[in-house]
Amino acid sequence: MHHHLILRVVSKMLIPPILLYALYVQFHGDFGPGGGFQAGVIFAVAFILYGIVFSLDHLRRAVPPHVVRRFVALGLLIYAGVGVANLLLGGNFLDYSTLAHDPKHGQHYGIILVELGVGITVAAVMISIFFAFASRPPTIKDTDW
Amino acid sequence: MLSAILAHAPALQTVVPLIAAPLCVLFGRRHLAWFITLAASLISAFFAAYLLAQTLDGSIISYELGGWAPPLGIEYRIDAVNAFVLFIVASVGALVAFYARESIEQEIDPALHVYFYTAFLLCLTGLLGVTITGDAFNVFVFLEISSLSTYTLVALGAGRDQRALTAAYNYLIMGTIGATFFVIGIGFLYMLTGTLNMADLAERIAALGDNRTLRIAFVFIFVGIGLKLAMFPLHLWLPNAYSYAPSVVSVFLAATATKVAVYVMLRFLFTVFGFDYGFQAATLQTIVVPLAVIAMFASSIVAIFQSDLKRMLAYSSVAQIGYILLGISLLNKPGLTAGIIHLFNHAVIKGALFMAVGAFVYRIGSSRIEDLRGIGKQMPWMAAAFVAAGLGLIGVPLTAGFISKWYLIQATLDEGAWWLALLIVGSSLLAVIYVWRVVEAMYLAAPVQEAPVKKAPWSMIVPTWIMVLASLYFGINTELTSKAASTAADLLIQATQIEKAPETVPGAPAAGE
Repeated sequence: MHHHLILRVVSKMLIPPILLYALYVQFHGDFGPGGGFQAGVIFAVAFILYGIVFSLDHLRRAVPPHVVRRFVALGLLIYAGVGVANLLLGGNFLDYSTLAHDPKHGQHYGIILVELGVGITVAAVMISIFFAFASRPPTIKDTDW
Repeated sequence: MLSAILAHAPALQTVVPLIAAPLCVLFGRRHLAWFITLAASLISAFFAAYLLAQTLDGSIISYELGGWAPPLGIEYRIDAVNAFVLFIVASVGALVAFYARESIEQEIDPALHVYFYTAFLLCLTGLLGVTITGDAFNVFVFLEISSLSTYTLVALGAGRDQRALTAAYNYLIMGTIGATFFVIGIGFLYMLTGTLNMADLAERIAALGDNRTLRIAFVFIFVGIGLKLAMFPLHLWLPNAYSYAPSVVSVFLAATATKVAVYVMLRFLFTVFGFDYGFQAATLQTIVVPLAVIAMFASSIVAIFQSDLKRMLAYSSVAQIGYILLGISLLNKPGLTAGIIHLFNHAVIKGALFMAVGAFVYRIGSSRIEDLRGIGKQMPWMAAAFVAAGLGLIGVPLTAGFISKWYLIQATLDEGAWWLALLIVGSSLLAVIYVWRVVEAMYLAAPVQEAPVKKAPWSMIVPTWIMVLASLYFGINTELTSKAASTAADLLIQATQIEKAPETVPGAPAAGE
């Protein structure tokens, strides 16, 4: 898409605010609408936009697919890890109240960490899906259109 | 220290494989991934055995997830019914993990081994979670975790046969329809009662009595789970999925996935809905009994004409599920006991059979019966294992299969349904035919291979023979199976409050009209 100057410039301008907005949705999720699922998708959209407008190779250089796959696992591990931490602190699995002296603060920290895990996994899965579909060899060549 | 850990056994037996799965991906080394898988499944099996020992006397363990008390919070509720199923799933999982290492070497591209182990662990997590949870929506979530990973596992068979992809796709469509029906049913129940906790649901449903919404919820859940457990006309995804999946996946699915679905059916039929008003009783007696009998015959007859061994065993599975459903739908204690015993025995027997087939595929690269000619002399251990487990499938005395059929026939005679007893014996004769075809090819036909076939590796022989010996052991010493099954049947019948369903008129008008 070398000739699409407007698309390229607008994308370059949009990608940082999209990422920032994703982080806002992620960390404001416990006060307003939002949370890991929505934030993860928005975060991934920035990367997918970059991949579509600039090229798959650029995206691969920015986030190598094998790294993305590790992040899928990392998010789940954070979620489950919080649960195990609760167990070690003497509560039931995913009993966030054990995370701080004040159970209310514990619940707060717990949900933020768990949602962070969800956000990382969702974003990484979205990017992986994009890689999986975009890297398939085209069945119809571009010249055949 | 140990007692502190054991107090969290209900959560840990699901969480350990759940944590092991991402670890496999993070490390990304296939031998390490195998080791993690084996360790995680062994730990799960240990916790499951502990839970079974705790609940065998009929007591109930309740574990509050996240410290939120039920019915608002999610509760893990373990009684003899699901502790028994947990034990089946976790111990088969551990044996399969041991067996998998060599088996997938031949059938799956080494670059994908890490993902195989990850999907396997997630599937194990899902199946254990479905079994242990006391929350209806949580059942759906775990059911989807196990189903989605199963589709992946089946599709991994594409390394050996491209048709695995279409099989996995078909399974995905059918499985998703089943899951959708199930969740629509849950939605109706939630709309009706405002709760998702199974014990709470049961109380509120009993208080509400019969009404149309409840009937619709029941039908949606019944059909949804029917698809997952391959009840006769809804079984079409099963033969392809089992025959094109990698051998080790066939072992695992045949021994666990349908069994867990049967458990969900039991749980909803008895614990959640109960039999107070008889619509379910009528459904079971007028629809499921005939379907189970048709499954026993039609699938066995189809199995006789298969040229592929895995496919033959897959159709035989549909027939065996027929026996389990028949036992359940007799709606008396002996019938339920027989159904639950057969659930266990069939898991062991079919697991052993598919393991033997996996070893044949490992050495010959084919599971076609004509390619197996003369294998009895070349792979004596595996061929003998197949025969021993095959006898169990038929129900020869001193095997586990005999015990199942004995209980089942007793249950039918208790109901005075002697014709059902005759049909059970008749369909067992069909099993003789299809098992004999394989035995004949293995032992009596001239070898088809020119070059000598090597023995199967020990890591495959050992788990296979553990399964075979288990199937023989549970045919002789039935203390564990019959005790667990009859405690489970007692609990399920207590949950319905009444010993037997009342006489019902199908199509009677609903009370809410």
